[in-house]
Amino acid sequence: MADLRTDFLGVKSPNPFWLASAPPTDRKVNVERAFRAGWGGVVWKTLGEAGPPVVNVSGARYGAIHGGDRRLIALNNIELITDRDLEINLREIKEVKRAWPDRALIVSLMVPCDERSWEAILARVEETECDGVELNFGCPHGMSERGMGSAVGQVPEYVEMVARWCKAHSRMPVIVKLTPNITDIRQPARAAKQGGADAVSLINTINSIMAIDLDRMTPDVVIDGKGTHGGMCGPAVKPIALSMVSEIARDPACAGLPISAIGGITTWRDAAEFIALGSGTVQVCTAAMTYGFKVVQEMIAGLSDYMDAKGYATIEDFRGRAVPSITDWQYLNLNYVAKAEINQDLCIQCGRCHIVCEDTSHQAIFARVNGKRQFVVNDDECVGCNLCTLVCPVENCITLVHKTSGVDPRTGLDYGRPFADWTTHPNNPAVHARAAE
Amino acid sequence: MTIAANPPAASDIRPGRLDGETLKDNFADLHAPLTAHEARVEAERCYFCFDAPCQQACPTGIDIPLFIRQIAAGNRTGAGRTIFDSNIMGGMCARVCPTETLCEEACVREVAEGKPVVIGQLQRHATEPAIERGQSPYARGKPAGKRVAIVGAGPAGLACAHELAIAGVESVIFEAREKAGGLNEYGIAAYKTVDDFAAREVEFILSIGGIEIRRGQALGRDVRLEDLRRDYDAVFLGAGLGSTNKLGLPKETELENVIDAVDYIAALRQAKDLTALPVGRRVLVIGGGMTAIDIAVQSKKLGAETVTMAYRRGPEQMKASPYERELAQTSGVVIRYWARPMALEGHAGAFSGVVFENASEDGDASRSVFRIEADVLFTAIGQRGAPEALDGAEIKTKDGRIVVDDQRRASLKGVWAGGDCVFGGQDLTVSAVEDGKQAARSIAAALLS
Repeated sequence: MADLRTDFLGVKSPNPFWLASAPPTDRKVNVERAFRAGWGGVVWKTLGEAGPPVVNVSGARYGAIHGGDRRLIALNNIELITDRDLEINLREIKEVKRAWPDRALIVSLMVPCDERSWEAILARVEETECDGVELNFGCPHGMSERGMGSAVGQVPEYVEMVARWCKAHSRMPVIVKLTPNITDIRQPARAAKQGGADAVSLINTINSIMAIDLDRMTPDVVIDGKGTHGGMCGPAVKPIALSMVSEIARDPACAGLPISAIGGITTWRDAAEFIALGSGTVQVCTAAMTYGFKVVQEMIAGLSDYMDAKGYATIEDFRGRAVPSITDWQYLNLNYVAKAEINQDLCIQCGRCHIVCEDTSHQAIFARVNGKRQFVVNDDECVGCNLCTLVCPVENCITLVHKTSGVDPRTGLDYGRPFADWTTHPNNPAVHARAAE
Repeated sequence: MTIAANPPAASDIRPGRLDGETLKDNFADLHAPLTAHEARVEAERCYFCFDAPCQQACPTGIDIPLFIRQIAAGNRTGAGRTIFDSNIMGGMCARVCPTETLCEEACVREVAEGKPVVIGQLQRHATEPAIERGQSPYARGKPAGKRVAIVGAGPAGLACAHELAIAGVESVIFEAREKAGGLNEYGIAAYKTVDDFAAREVEFILSIGGIEIRRGQALGRDVRLEDLRRDYDAVFLGAGLGSTNKLGLPKETELENVIDAVDYIAALRQAKDLTALPVGRRVLVIGGGMTAIDIAVQSKKLGAETVTMAYRRGPEQMKASPYERELAQTSGVVIRYWARPMALEGHAGAFSGVVFENASEDGDASRSVFRIEADVLFTAIGQRGAPEALDGAEIKTKDGRIVVDDQRRASLKGVWAGGDCVFGGQDLTVSAVEDGKQAARSIAAALLS
């Protein structure tokens, strides 16, 4: 059995699966249910400053995209930070941590962007004996209009400043939660590191309006006839999160900065992918909000079985292993040639490979052979783009085959040419310029 | 047709074998219509194939991938319109087409996993609202001052008339029976077309306007082809088939309770009260096509104790599809293959059984003779063409059916034909609709050019 225990900033948890700061972690009853189900840790729903709590709408807070079978592809929300009294939250956090000392318990925070506010809340949170704090610089709705959440996360200077205050006023580990609603995710990550933060977590939710109701001419989810953008999460955002996590993982300026990954993690495989990109823990919300807390049991078993199959004894054995394979486009081997190949025994003759190639790509798949309906790749035109393999409804029916010997009929060039990328390619203007010097 | 209830001898034939409630259940919809959610989930299974095999397999060439995608995208009206563009009887075809040998057999998911997209049921879902509304989604073309005589208000004739109306050509349909619809009204198994669907579909088609139906008008009896040719700009013959084939065995016409399945099904379809219909205790059906299956299954549903279907050849040769055979078998019908009828037996003038010869091709050694006793014998061995209905006109026929070209033109100038009465057809509602549609296009081109 693989050892799933994690040590993230000195915070230990029995497995890397944490519940993200969100509705599922707003109260003791939920969090204890989560721990009983097996979650390794939680990030408590964001606390605000002392005083009258924020007020949420009393109507639809969530929107969604469904597949045809009503499988939830993405969720969005306009819920604010906790609307419960600060004292109740602090008391419950303390009780839960005492009752569950082996689980990670991080507290998410969002207060106005001044040092005194942060100092005040940190002091109160420290009394709960929780394991650390996560600075919510990510929520893109509601609180951002009040200068908090993503309004901070979108300004690297603020990120750095607040991170520094928090490190100055607390002995607790500080995680900065980043918003993806920004052009270059490395900027706030670097700022967090610069400010002394111990780690970053990402991604928070993405600005989104899920649909327009064409009868009412409003967003599909409205409060008294009006809607507003929410923050989107769930399976659909995972590719964005993977990309952003990889950007930070391979950024020399962020080297060594621990990452807690968030974004559409639904199964063990999603989690393993983020770990392969260097994440120390993963945070989940939508999967739990779709199926309940029990989903973690699949995640734990799946990750453990995968690690056993691969011979990884601990998370650290494979954490970050995929990072070196991610590079800039300019370093891709332009002399590598792959072409699609259709397995005729598996082909069910739907013809989608043909029509998408014909209409939208390279006219490289024949629809008829000797007058008969049959789909065959034309090597003279195939650039190996992979579109056909992706649209084919049959798994493994179309594959890309790496060509190593012979001549490419499309280009007339040898398949076996040595590595060469754009940086040395004769068509690259920069190469011309260098040659001219 | 003579049915003797309780003849003095051994025959056990009587009405009301089952109570009204049970009969109602038995003759309810074979498939409940898909709910909107079911339709959408099923529609998502469609791969939207290139040059889709299902569409190629459809005699009317319905753009199946497109209408299914429209269902998936929440455009049920548009999906219906896509179907009607090719087949104005898409509603009935959704119910009666042997989809398992047409579109659904060709579906790539049938190839891939043995589970085709249920195209027929999706088609029913898409066509339902328009037929429910009773209004053709097409506007009648501006009247061009042309009038076509159509013989037969079955699928071919109605499809022809509707297509002509779109083109602005008026039509008058001469229908021998009292109701329009042809076999949809008189022939299709009752559980495939419940709630008077055939009649509602006829109203839906006629709603376009420019179509007059004259009922009780049979060609050769009430109207003459030469008169129609003289009085109308064109004639379309869609009169269906004539009399049914006979076994050709002695006593076939004399014995009571030897019944033509087509006649009995028509009586069943028109029956106001199924409990009043005489039903045999033991029913024997001779034949291997759809009519044989329909009469066998419906006999069982009417309360017959045993129903045996005897077919002279094997399952491979049987016209009824495996799906239809399975429907019969799961309804409790016993199918006997390789049973060639040799002699009819009777008692006191009433049918009592058939002597069969084992006709299997396994060699003479296996030949044997056996007897199946029953109270009723239904013959369902096919229908013949009706050249007599052509009224002595000089029209080329083959096997009693009219020979037409690809535009459905008969050999006589100004005469088109389609449906079961033409040679080489498939004897299906859907192919009759295609004939009517193609003929109408050809007629319109000829008249309006």
